Amino acid sequence: MTLIAEKPSLLFSDSEWDFEKLKSAYDAIEDIALSDLGLDVYPNQIEIIATEQMLDAYSSHGMPLMYKHWSFGKHFARDQMMYQKGFQGLAYEIVINSSPCIAYLMEENTMTMQALVMAHASFGHNHFFKNNYLFRQWTDAEGILTYLDFAKKYISKCEDEYGAEDVEQILDAAHALMDQGVFRYQRPPRLSEADMLAKIAARAEHERESFNDIWRTLPNTHEPDEDAEERQEAVRNIKLPEENLLYFIEKASPILKPWQREIVRIVRNISQYFYPQKQTKVMNEGCATFVHHYIMNELYSRGRINEGAMMEFMHSHSSVVFQPDFDDPRYSGINPYALGFAMMEDIRRMCEAPTPEDREWFPQLNGADWREVLKDAWANYRDESFILQYLSPKIMRDFALFALADDAEDSHVEISSIHDERGFRNVRETLASMYDLGAHEPNIQVMSANLEGDRLLTLRHTVHDGRKLDRKTMEDVLWHVHRLWGHEVKLEEKAA
Amino acid sequence: MNSFHFIDRRKNPKGKSLGNRQRFLKRAKSQIKDAVNKSLRDRSLKDLDKGEKITIPTKSTKEPRFRLDPETGERQWVNPGNKQFSEGDRLKKPPKGGGRGRGKDASDSGDAEDSFQFTLTQDEFLDIFFEDLELPNLVKRSLKEIKSTAYKRAGITVAGSPTNLNLVRTMRNAHGRRLALGRPSTKEMNALKERLFELERNYSPSEEEIAEKKAILIRLEEMEARRRWAPYIDPLDVRYNAFEPSPVKTTAAVMFCLMDVSGSMGEREKDLAKRFYMLLYLFLKRRYEQVEVVFIRHTHHAEEVDEETFFYSRQSGGTVVSTALEKMLEVQKDRFPAGEWNIYVAQASDGYTQGGDAKRCVELLSDDVMPIVQYYAYIEILDERELEVFSDADTGAELWRAYRSFAPQFRHFAQTRIARPQDIFPVFRELFAKGSKEAA
Repeated sequence: MTLIAEKPSLLFSDSEWDFEKLKSAYDAIEDIALSDLGLDVYPNQIEIIATEQMLDAYSSHGMPLMYKHWSFGKHFARDQMMYQKGFQGLAYEIVINSSPCIAYLMEENTMTMQALVMAHASFGHNHFFKNNYLFRQWTDAEGILTYLDFAKKYISKCEDEYGAEDVEQILDAAHALMDQGVFRYQRPPRLSEADMLAKIAARAEHERESFNDIWRTLPNTHEPDEDAEERQEAVRNIKLPEENLLYFIEKASPILKPWQREIVRIVRNISQYFYPQKQTKVMNEGCATFVHHYIMNELYSRGRINEGAMMEFMHSHSSVVFQPDFDDPRYSGINPYALGFAMMEDIRRMCEAPTPEDREWFPQLNGADWREVLKDAWANYRDESFILQYLSPKIMRDFALFALADDAEDSHVEISSIHDERGFRNVRETLASMYDLGAHEPNIQVMSANLEGDRLLTLRHTVHDGRKLDRKTMEDVLWHVHRLWGHEVKLEEKAA
Repeated sequence: MNSFHFIDRRKNPKGKSLGNRQRFLKRAKSQIKDAVNKSLRDRSLKDLDKGEKITIPTKSTKEPRFRLDPETGERQWVNPGNKQFSEGDRLKKPPKGGGRGRGKDASDSGDAEDSFQFTLTQDEFLDIFFEDLELPNLVKRSLKEIKSTAYKRAGITVAGSPTNLNLVRTMRNAHGRRLALGRPSTKEMNALKERLFELERNYSPSEEEIAEKKAILIRLEEMEARRRWAPYIDPLDVRYNAFEPSPVKTTAAVMFCLMDVSGSMGEREKDLAKRFYMLLYLFLKRRYEQVEVVFIRHTHHAEEVDEETFFYSRQSGGTVVSTALEKMLEVQKDRFPAGEWNIYVAQASDGYTQGGDAKRCVELLSDDVMPIVQYYAYIEILDERELEVFSDADTGAELWRAYRSFAPQFRHFAQTRIARPQDIFPVFRELFAKGSKEAA
């Protein structure tokens, strides 16, 4: 009798979902995530949305609140087209690095998929967001939603006041410099606190109220003195060269009006917010995929989901972690889900059942607690360092990884090393360097700005390995820089 | 345990990105317009009720970023799926510009696309297509006092029908009145009643409690009385939205659509003519809500028909084109006095008519029709073989030649030819392009 009573019940047995089932599935998943895996997460907020809303969220960086700009409309049009033609499935989920951590579930998902997504997003990604050092140091999960709300309102107010076209011009120009709008080495200032934002909004309101048409003909309305001075002070404090172009322009541009500076700052802050995500694609997706895989298997072995659900899960899981070969028409780079998941599973394997090879390569993992090792990795690495530290010969063999070297002058590409004893280290280093943003994003810095004289702004691209800037896009971007700076802009390329 | 909750957002307003879409369309406007016109060339009118997939160059909607030129310098990268390569193998590079993704960089900077494809909705499509078209010479604006009226909001009244009840105003008035008259709230009374029950439960009340109980009873009675003469909602509070009829100024215009459905017009020709009118009809309905449309079809005799019959019924017979013009004049005299209406005529025919009838047509046109109309468009439907024969504007079927001879006298007369479905849109644009037909 007691045996029957103790037998755990299935969470669900058909594919339809309802809130009751979601709730009980969530509880079961949470139990495994917290007490078995020992994850540490922000409070969760789960939102059910329809397809079109998913497309909406897609097109504006996946953020629930975003200011209006034509480029988001363009992305929406493209995504919608791809989706309707069936070229591209929709992501099953979007998750936002905020506290509470917001995850979107699509209404079309089956119950199994909802469970998978909750495990993936609300625990996997959530844990990663809360614990990884990049996110902890560089983003402000509590403040981001307030800030986006402020940004959206502020920009729409600017549109009302100064015209949508003027606002669009500033946004276009700032967007062009988004990649150069982050602090890489120094911690960015925190997002303005709520009272600071209120101050900015109040100032704009004051400007509007005290606006008097009579004064409009006077040359150059000056910004409030305290701000101007504060800004001058900031400009004096910037030590050149400065890597954050948007920051420098925001502070030092001779022509921007206060509201334009604010818009540049908004774009810069959003760019900074996404910077850690660009550096942790493999780890972030790997962590979430590992977590959902573990939890779904655990649910199955505890008898909480049936074979049918398990089969459906395996099907979608295996398509998520599918890695086509380089010569496959479906190949479009290394799948971060596949690589991240394989490496994390491999870490667990090396802790539990190491081979002699593993013992030689990773003596520290031998007999270690895989939960602790993974949690440490999730907290303290980014893609580049994680691969350098943990990519094992087994994974390189499984993926049949090989490194190539190319010189633009040469008519041939050389296979520099393959997945063999001699090549492992080089393949690993090369792969790691592919995830080093420093090597792929051009290194452009402000060298000098003549603020007293002709106001010439000099930028420098430091050339590594002879890789120059693409001329066409460079000219387009410089045109935007010129628009923000108002005076001549020069860009020089110098070998490091 | 962490607290968490589900939120059902499915009912949230959709189309959050509509603003972004409008901004995008505006941004790429001129290119979208080109694309729309281009796509019309090989588009059948039947598709007009669908959206249209268009491709525009990315020029005006590019989002440039600094990026490294993959054609320069030294690069190293890793690919998965090695099969036969060994260390030191040298592979010939694919010719420049050809081949698929060159390693990581090429696939990462996927913005290299040169064109951008997306779908316009039918509304967006038609708006763009009709955007710079107009009925020429729409001049007699004030000649006719149009009697049409529309109901406009006209404030708030104290009398009206229940459907126009203004709930907010009513409740606001009621609230104010209740406050002013000190109507005791239900909450207050419930509190007293509760206290009363409490006291009543006490089997051996003290003196004080008995006194309190009495006081409460009296108070409650007072309150009840007060509530009776200060009701929750009083007829005095009720307000209605008022609507007043107001005259709407419109331009009186009528479009006569004359179509030849005689035996000489083959199915193909009829189809072309119908498509042309379908487009015209869509255009008028969309841009000039108030324009009257009169459909006249003719064989050897003409009749006025409704839209349905005009577009969908089949009929055949001999050809006397002048009957259509006579019918048109008859309808016009009857219902659309020339002094008060802007009159437009579009005529479609294959150009063949009974011997001598062309002359009659020209007479009718130059004496009776042209003086009263703002614009007359004659569309000749040819088959493709004929198009080659009549490549010169001066040669053509009987009617064409006849019209050609008198057309130069009238600047508000246009004649043109359609031989293929893809001619329809350009011809239509040509006929109704803004500013192309200035008043004579």
